[in-house]
Amino acid sequence: MAAGIVLEPMTRSAVEESAGQTTETAEEEFSRVVQAHRLQIFRFLLASTRDIDLAETLTQDCFLKAHRNWGSFRGESSAMTWLMRIAINLEKDHWRNRRMQFWRHTRTNSVDLDEASDWLPSGERTAEQQMLAKEQVGHVWKAVEKLSARQRTVFLLRYVEDQELSEIAQMTGLSEGTVKAHLSRALGKVRAQLKGRQ
Amino acid sequence: MKMSRDFDNDDRELGVDAQVGEALKNFRSNVQAWGEAEYGCPRPARTVRAMSWRVATGWALSCVVAAGSVSGAVYQRHHQRELQKIAAEQAARQQKLEAARHASTDDEDLLAKVDSDVSREVPSAMEPLAQLMSDSETE
Repeated sequence: MAAGIVLEPMTRSAVEESAGQTTETAEEEFSRVVQAHRLQIFRFLLASTRDIDLAETLTQDCFLKAHRNWGSFRGESSAMTWLMRIAINLEKDHWRNRRMQFWRHTRTNSVDLDEASDWLPSGERTAEQQMLAKEQVGHVWKAVEKLSARQRTVFLLRYVEDQELSEIAQMTGLSEGTVKAHLSRALGKVRAQLKGRQ
Repeated sequence: MKMSRDFDNDDRELGVDAQVGEALKNFRSNVQAWGEAEYGCPRPARTVRAMSWRVATGWALSCVVAAGSVSGAVYQRHHQRELQKIAAEQAARQQKLEAARHASTDDEDLLAKVDSDVSREVPSAMEPLAQLMSDSETE
């Protein structure tokens, strides 16, 4: 189960209580939210797009949008869930717009799968274990590349961002059953890819 | 922020076994390490360049030429078909006229033959007598 540090849900009312309903403190509170979640949002978008610049741009857009709508954030979910939902929608919009603007040449910085697999903390592993882990990671990346956008989102939220199924359901706007179904299919593809190497 | 967790019952239900679990853990470490390394790194601005006007003009001209070729070919084909249709109609009409004319000349020939065969002044058996009569008349 979820172990380690758990983020306390940050609600608008909590913010207002602590802020004494002044705009200045709300701004400070928003800054704290940015500091707390920026890395996580960026990491999710990076894993989802494998494009560093695009992930950075979408992260900025996400927090810009969040800042504009911070006043209307009712705190029904945690700030992280709210932010992640914005990020997912922005990514979806990005791909939709890109399909519509097929005449536009955009230099993509999509990182190669092998290059992406290189990032592994060495820890206390031997060189052989490190090689094996890199190979495994490469296969997972290949499987992730073949997933549909929705499967990929659900898979990354679960196995990279360690989100609970109920949180993923809130973030994606899907039911828990649908989230499970997507995860099951995604895991099936990962398993098939891992078995394919043997 | 949540740190990495072990796989729970939901994951086991979804079929995360030891092998897949290990691969997923490595994958998580990989993405986290990569994300942290790239996070906040100064990078040059992303370049988004629109198509130059030359390329756009090239595309537009190519499209016009392609559309012209296709419509020209379609028109040519349609025109040829029309001509073929007219020629076929004319040939059919000509053939009809020829056949009608042929039929009328055949009738005339036949009538002439019948006339020559049937319309004799005297029967053939009386021919010598008729000749004698004509001789005496001349005398």
